[in-house]
Amino acid sequence: MAELTTALVEFKQVTFAYPGARGERVILKDLSLSVPCGKVTALMGASGGGKTTVLRLIGGQQKASTGKVLFDGQDVGGMAQKALYEARRRMGMLFQFGALFTDLSVFDNVAFPLREHTDLSPELIRDIVLMKLDAVGLRGARELMPSEISGGMARRVALARAIVLDPELIMYDEPFAGLDPISLGTAAQLIRQLNDTLGITSIVVSHDLEETFRIADQVIILANGGIAAQGTPQEVMNSTDPLVHQFVNALSEGPVEFHYPGPPAEADFGLPGQLTESKPPFKKGGST
Amino acid sequence: MKPGDSFSWLADLGLSVRTKLAELGFAARLFVKLFALTPATLLRFGLVRDQIFFLGNYSLAIIAVSGLFVGFVLGLQGYYTLQRYGSSEALGLLVALSLVRELGPVITALLFAGRAGTALTAEIGLMKAGEQLSAMEMMAVDPIRRILAPRLWGGVIAMPLLAAVFSAVGIAGGWMVGVLMIGIDAGSFWSQMQGGVDVWRDVGNGVIKSLVFGVTVTFVALYQGFEAQPTPEGVSLATTRTVVVASLAVLGLDFLLTAWMFSI
Repeated sequence: MAELTTALVEFKQVTFAYPGARGERVILKDLSLSVPCGKVTALMGASGGGKTTVLRLIGGQQKASTGKVLFDGQDVGGMAQKALYEARRRMGMLFQFGALFTDLSVFDNVAFPLREHTDLSPELIRDIVLMKLDAVGLRGARELMPSEISGGMARRVALARAIVLDPELIMYDEPFAGLDPISLGTAAQLIRQLNDTLGITSIVVSHDLEETFRIADQVIILANGGIAAQGTPQEVMNSTDPLVHQFVNALSEGPVEFHYPGPPAEADFGLPGQLTESKPPFKKGGST
Repeated sequence: MKPGDSFSWLADLGLSVRTKLAELGFAARLFVKLFALTPATLLRFGLVRDQIFFLGNYSLAIIAVSGLFVGFVLGLQGYYTLQRYGSSEALGLLVALSLVRELGPVITALLFAGRAGTALTAEIGLMKAGEQLSAMEMMAVDPIRRILAPRLWGGVIAMPLLAAVFSAVGIAGGWMVGVLMIGIDAGSFWSQMQGGVDVWRDVGNGVIKSLVFGVTVTFVALYQGFEAQPTPEGVSLATTRTVVVASLAVLGLDFLLTAWMFSI
């Protein structure tokens, strides 16, 4: 696929592994990717494939074992806390379930970053918060507490909070999970709209093929710690790679096996028959 | 069995020692960081004030009721012992010294660990489980500065105030039992107390103890919440650990502080 525009985020041969009691667990292996400015990039792949880890590496909440994660040309992993916090002020992140502060009202949740980072007057903060809430259609819900709103509304409030400091990059971690069809359509539309009207760059981690393919400019499918497919939604849909084919067509048969590796069924159930080793979850490489 | 398996216990031992050392190191760094943030925390005193209200005000009822009953019992037991030596008029002094020097700070700290410490651990643990702390970090707001530091100072300021309430209510309880119930002379009760309790040596020691316990209990509660596994089981375990660790630390430190205070 041709280069879309300049990249806001770049991964250069990034490897990331969690340390464990019995050796480390490799999540990403020599991953290189770039997220173009002003576009919606979708990150997809099987659960445990490292999608959320990619977001955490961009936000500096995790550090790459090797390789570089560049945000606007600067290595996020090498930043001191002050520089990292300055970079984070240019990012917004929408967590899977919103992560609203449960002791603050909808208004105070959205006002939180403004109160922490600016010396704006209460009147100005009120105007900005109401504008952002209006953008997500929840100006009328300002007085409600997070316990009084639905999951879909909570995510929209979190979105208003994520854009309140006018970030250059917004990362969405599974924004469609658990939403009803109406909220789902609204959320997808909002992501595209905000991206285009505010001129920001978006990264969407999602399992929802239909909605994600509808709004994305670029789709990256992660598997086995690397990229299995990359391109426009149409290019990925037409991919002949067996793993991508299985993923985009939601097939149970394919390189990603349904059964977690374990002893053969014959041995577990005491059935006669040839005892065979069960296969690893991915045929193509190491486990993730 | 592979040849290396016979030494796997050694690897497990090494791992658990390393993990414990890492936890200790993290706790020490967190402690130093929280105190380094003191000026910045006290500048935003509104956040500390809210925590003093939350931790102190909500613990007031249990502290006051407990203080009253401890005072009643001290009145009865003190009278029982003192009347054997014919010095029951010294009951006021005994009740006041016991409360101000020892029982006030210690029982308040134990009750505070159970009432406010558990609430702090559960609150921070659930904030972690709900990704609120991660969200805060991603908004370039340090959760240690914004969430933990005001709570630490709220606890440190609330503890001596609660211990003072405990001692005052306890003395009133001792007076009710000694003077109103048993019939000891009220003048002796108060004058012995006034003459025998030294502001610096007795009250001062109690205040020092309650400040140390305030730091201990609140820090243990915050650390346990911050390090809790972000699951229902993890938060529940962390809450239990807060009570166990904080109570043992208070009792151990009480002995050390008392020994030190007697030696100077």
